[in-house]
Amino acid sequence: MDTVAVNNNFKSEEYFINMGPQHPATHGVLRLLLTIDGEIIKKVEPDLGYIHRSIEKMSERDSYQQIVHLTDRMDYLSSHINNEAVCLTVENALELEIPERVKVIRTILGELTRIASHCLWWGVMGMDVGALTTYFYGFRDREMINDIFEETCGARLTMNYNIPGGLMFDIHPNFVKRTKDFIAHFKTKLPEYDTLLTGNVIFQKRMKGVGILTKEDAISFGASGPVGRGSGYSCDVRKHHPYSAYDRVTFKESLKTDGDSLSRYQVRIQEMWESIAIIEQLIDNIPEGEHKVTTKVVIKLPPGEYYQKVETARGELGVYVISTGTKNPYRVKFRSPGFSNLSLLNHIAVGGKIGDLVATMATLDLVIPDIDR
Amino acid sequence: MFSLIMQYWSFIIGLQSPVTNLPSSISGHPSLNITETIQNWLIGTMSEGTANILAMVIVALIYLGIFSVAGLFLVLLERRVAAWFQLRIGPNRVGPLGLLQTMADALKLVSKELTGTVKADKFLYNLAPYFVIVTALMALAVLPFTQGFQAFDVNIGIFFLIAVSSIGVIGILLGGWSSNNKFALIGAMRSGVQTISYELSVGLSLLTMILLTGTLQLSEIIEVQKGGWLIVQGHIPAIIAFMIFMISGTAETNRAPFDMVEAESELGAGFHTEYSGMKFAYFFLAEFINMFIIAAIGATVFFGGWLSPFGITESIPWLGVFWFLGKTFVLIFLMMWFRWTFPRLRVDQLLTLEWKYLLPINLVNIVVMAIVVWLNLIISW
Repeated sequence: MDTVAVNNNFKSEEYFINMGPQHPATHGVLRLLLTIDGEIIKKVEPDLGYIHRSIEKMSERDSYQQIVHLTDRMDYLSSHINNEAVCLTVENALELEIPERVKVIRTILGELTRIASHCLWWGVMGMDVGALTTYFYGFRDREMINDIFEETCGARLTMNYNIPGGLMFDIHPNFVKRTKDFIAHFKTKLPEYDTLLTGNVIFQKRMKGVGILTKEDAISFGASGPVGRGSGYSCDVRKHHPYSAYDRVTFKESLKTDGDSLSRYQVRIQEMWESIAIIEQLIDNIPEGEHKVTTKVVIKLPPGEYYQKVETARGELGVYVISTGTKNPYRVKFRSPGFSNLSLLNHIAVGGKIGDLVATMATLDLVIPDIDR
Repeated sequence: MFSLIMQYWSFIIGLQSPVTNLPSSISGHPSLNITETIQNWLIGTMSEGTANILAMVIVALIYLGIFSVAGLFLVLLERRVAAWFQLRIGPNRVGPLGLLQTMADALKLVSKELTGTVKADKFLYNLAPYFVIVTALMALAVLPFTQGFQAFDVNIGIFFLIAVSSIGVIGILLGGWSSNNKFALIGAMRSGVQTISYELSVGLSLLTMILLTGTLQLSEIIEVQKGGWLIVQGHIPAIIAFMIFMISGTAETNRAPFDMVEAESELGAGFHTEYSGMKFAYFFLAEFINMFIIAAIGATVFFGGWLSPFGITESIPWLGVFWFLGKTFVLIFLMMWFRWTFPRLRVDQLLTLEWKYLLPINLVNIVVMAIVVWLNLIISW
């Protein structure tokens, strides 16, 4: 028996299973120590650290340009946005004036990233509740976005397209056309998601009233992103602290108040529609101009503390940098959305069945490297 | 493994009298009775005792052939159907149109090492796959592929099918329990609760149709349907019975959306987590054969089995096989359609569906069917 179990008040009918580190529902190397009575979950203890790579420690060693290349390895489904977060921190600290063109392109790419991430989440979410087909439908649409990314910056997953001061290179001539093509395609395919999964009576039964998180708990656990908004907690960084070009587009913050798995699901579906709306507002009038401002080869931030937060596909990613004026930071801390979202898993999964745990965990949309930095 | 199956087969076929007496209505047509034909052919060349035993062996081999071909084909079909639903191409490289893919898979599975847990109950652990596969094989015996192509036309055909198909759960329970793995144990517990519950609905929905036919013998059930398929004859209660049969049949074979027993996203693989290579393949094969059996029962009881809609097969009995398989595959496709579009239920929802919905509906449906039969509201052409 595991050492953790000995410390618990363990009843004789209860037993203990390890869900993970290798388990299809944990979507990565996350280990959950489950205390179970029959099928009913009594306790969930996440055990982390299986893919820890000391990204924060490595960041202290690296220059500011190099840190950007580490961040897309954290939440690899939101890599554009992660990169943007570090770039914005550095740019704010240096008080660099970024060209409008860069801001708009970053916003478009960020929203494309969000759609791609939600597509994958939707596919995997379906798979977790037993509907395997969703996986392929999600990937069909995500693939088009990845093609756009590949053409834009040569990478499909870990982008490194944002650099402090702008973008690595200008967008590909096909970018606008392909993005428009994708939007046109996706507008016809997104309703398909609802027909296949959302409207399904089994799916509704699996999701409704499962894993309820109240607004108060969402706030106290530090939930962010669709998890917080599914509980009615208005926490969209794009609305409350607009960065890049978010202050010039109109979009709704998708909020649901039920706080159950279905709300979190609906929030993400709604977010995809909003992302489409944002891209549509920006794609036709990308300002002309430079794609970056020239920065020094060795960037040195003025001494002080800097914090910048962005809204990734999973929620609020905060980058906290302490600089002592040298070419590398004294301390870097990432406030990752997945970590606080995982922390509430025990709170909402206890009392449910094993199937509920899997469904609930899927609606938290965990990306393990984001948690295990 | 094969010797064991042989034993079971000899047992089943041994129950039959050497000369099969078909119902007079069927024997009026050109007979295809395979057991009788083989026996008659052998009796001419050797002593009766040897001939009987040899006939059993030959029939057993024929059915083993059907079993393995059907299993391999269904695996391929499922993969192609899945690919079709999932916007993929599916296996299309090995052999023409990928037809040999499952042969290649089977070869791979045969060559795999048979692993297991150290502290497993070795005897039960190894026994479990046989239970599952022998059950599936036994049920094939009474299926009427076409007029006379039925190894064992027993007068309690439907009863036999229900009884035999409920043995499979023992294999799953044994496999899950003896693996000494908690995930497998949860799978086995779920299996027990699920298969035994849904057994009721399968039985009761078939009982509804038996009220209409007045016989348990499969050949006679088909005979009755010469005046119209039972789903037409029994109209509303028959349609309800068919829907319940398909739902509970899917559940009884542990297929999605009722694959609680495996639930790969929850339990890894459930009861067969610890099985590898060919032992795993037996479970897998049995699942597909069970699906075939459920679809075949559905086709036989509700859609006239090997009967064609317009009486074409009356003069050419072999064509009946194609009608039978055609109807069966439509139902199999339906079950595959369920699997590739539906999410999985939760274990308590599964039981709620059975005990709070299907069972009461079923019981009422039987009464309705009784009234239909009593008032002679049967539709026939």
